[in-house]
Amino acid sequence: MNDLTPAVTSFTIALVNAGVSDPSSTRLLADRIAQKTVDILEASGTTATVRAIDLGPLAVDIAQGIVSGILNPKVQTAMELLAGADAVIAATPVYKAGISGLFKSFADLIDNDLLIAKPVVLAATGGSARHAMVVDDQLRPLFGFLRTIPVPTSLYCAPEDWASTDLGKRIARAAQELSVMLRSGAGRQIADSNWSGYDHQFGGNATRAQRSLDDVDFTTDFMRLATGASARPQDGDRADVR
Amino acid sequence: MQFGIFGVGDISPDPTTGHTQSEAERIGNLIKIARRADEVGLDVFALGEHHNPPFVMSSPPALLAHIAALTDRIILSTAVTLITTNDPVKIAEDYAMVQHVAKGRLDLMLGRGNTVPVYPWFGKDIRQGVPLALENYNLLHRLWREDVVDWEGRFRTPLQGFTSTPRPLDDVPPFVWHGSIRSPETAEQAAYYGNGFFANHILAPNFHFKPIVELYRRRYEHYGHGTAEQAIVGLGGQAFVAKRSQDAVDTYRPYFENYPVFRGSKLEDYMAGTPLTVGSPQEVIEKVLTFQEGFGDYQRQLFSVDALGLPLDMALEQVELLGTEVVPVLRKEMAVRRKPGIPDAPTHASLVRAKYGDAEPRQPRPNPNRGDNLSGTSPYQDSDPAVEASFPAAF
Repeated sequence: MNDLTPAVTSFTIALVNAGVSDPSSTRLLADRIAQKTVDILEASGTTATVRAIDLGPLAVDIAQGIVSGILNPKVQTAMELLAGADAVIAATPVYKAGISGLFKSFADLIDNDLLIAKPVVLAATGGSARHAMVVDDQLRPLFGFLRTIPVPTSLYCAPEDWASTDLGKRIARAAQELSVMLRSGAGRQIADSNWSGYDHQFGGNATRAQRSLDDVDFTTDFMRLATGASARPQDGDRADVR
Repeated sequence: MQFGIFGVGDISPDPTTGHTQSEAERIGNLIKIARRADEVGLDVFALGEHHNPPFVMSSPPALLAHIAALTDRIILSTAVTLITTNDPVKIAEDYAMVQHVAKGRLDLMLGRGNTVPVYPWFGKDIRQGVPLALENYNLLHRLWREDVVDWEGRFRTPLQGFTSTPRPLDDVPPFVWHGSIRSPETAEQAAYYGNGFFANHILAPNFHFKPIVELYRRRYEHYGHGTAEQAIVGLGGQAFVAKRSQDAVDTYRPYFENYPVFRGSKLEDYMAGTPLTVGSPQEVIEKVLTFQEGFGDYQRQLFSVDALGLPLDMALEQVELLGTEVVPVLRKEMAVRRKPGIPDAPTHASLVRAKYGDAEPRQPRPNPNRGDNLSGTSPYQDSDPAVEASFPAAF
């Protein structure tokens, strides 16, 4: 077994909640996951802070961001919180057999490289058990596209689950998985060691985004092309090597 | 410091009257706006290339050549010329021609274009947009500087013994700006060649593009063209002016709030958070002065004034107010704040001076037709005899 003593002893977990009621059962589910994760981490000698992003109050701002391509300060703050988090708990209600449009709209505003290799717990609530696969059918591919590391256990909560002790067990399982991922530091190591291997956007929101000269790699093929070198990949390059 | 206006020839219904300008009206109006800009003493008039409705501006060089004949002082430019979908050979020819008829009152701004369907209309692929732009400019740069070009690249057929005609006016190429808001490669290319860098400072939070401008400045210094502070920077901006601040807001609001990009947005939020200024001349002046503070001394400020379906009389009034109430004050105020040793944007006159000093500029005269519609291996009477055209052997 690997040594799980983490280099980092304090984690930040961002909770993204697309439930819009007050109280929201989606938020309730996310809170239970978050609390369980914090408990497990604390029991193993680390601390965790949970920061919640409720999307309901941001609904209009998110829609404006989609239309204009600009994040207003409220959405920008949420993005920075997300970028700075070590892990994410993503929770959405199921509407019309799919994830909430609000949740997807928010996800559409996330830079492609913002969440690279961050561990994520995927969770959804719905009015019927018949939508249980929405988490794996829709949230998991979405977070796969964002190159996150979703934990193995997906959580779905239909009305009957709220009275079930099994839900508590599944929450504990997902929380345990997230805690192990966090304490192992695997996500952070993947992002740190592979960062240049992913596509990035200059001036993006990701914590490792290129923001100044010092972050930019001037030795790429494109940069060489920018300074008059040939775009032809084969001949010239081989000649250089020889 | 140069001040001017730029636009992309968009046509959209006037939300207060429902009137949509015909393409003929819009083209005619653009010409009137350009003439007024010249009359009121603005420095630059720039047109951006687009290839789909509701834009009318598919051919900036044709319209700019016409405007050149109707104006006296104003520098004509583009915002932007597509360096991806245009053949760099045709860009070299077309803009050299306009530069001649405009007697040097021409520069151009190059950009990639981000409308996906446009690329295949011209046989190109947007997924190759960045290398396409970079390679095409590398070629354009040579076409305007070398009489005879042999070239082989990835994106177009090779050139053998090619001479782009006419040679640039006085054998001095038009100054080039590279427009970009997010590609560090474009900033790097501008810096490498010592060209200008233009950030279209609109539709985004104030100073959002400062990091990429900063990148360009420091690489400009790295390549030895001058200090970072002396790099040639241009900014786009958006303004609507009225003598009274509230009149500006009231008049502009329906145009702003009905325009697709801004639907659902509040004018006040954009005024507070982005470079858009709607207000009195003094308010516009104060906002632009913050650009100088934030981006450092820069050389060119362009305003978008005739977009969003504004009717002609309103657009002309905007040009007038900019030229008479805003720009004269900005010239003074920005000059006072300007650090010593900051150059102006290059013009044809300054580039001629830099190249020739007091000597006469070169005027290329072709060698005679050999009978095969070619002028021989050296195209011009004063061509460097060591450089010989090697024509394709296929004929």
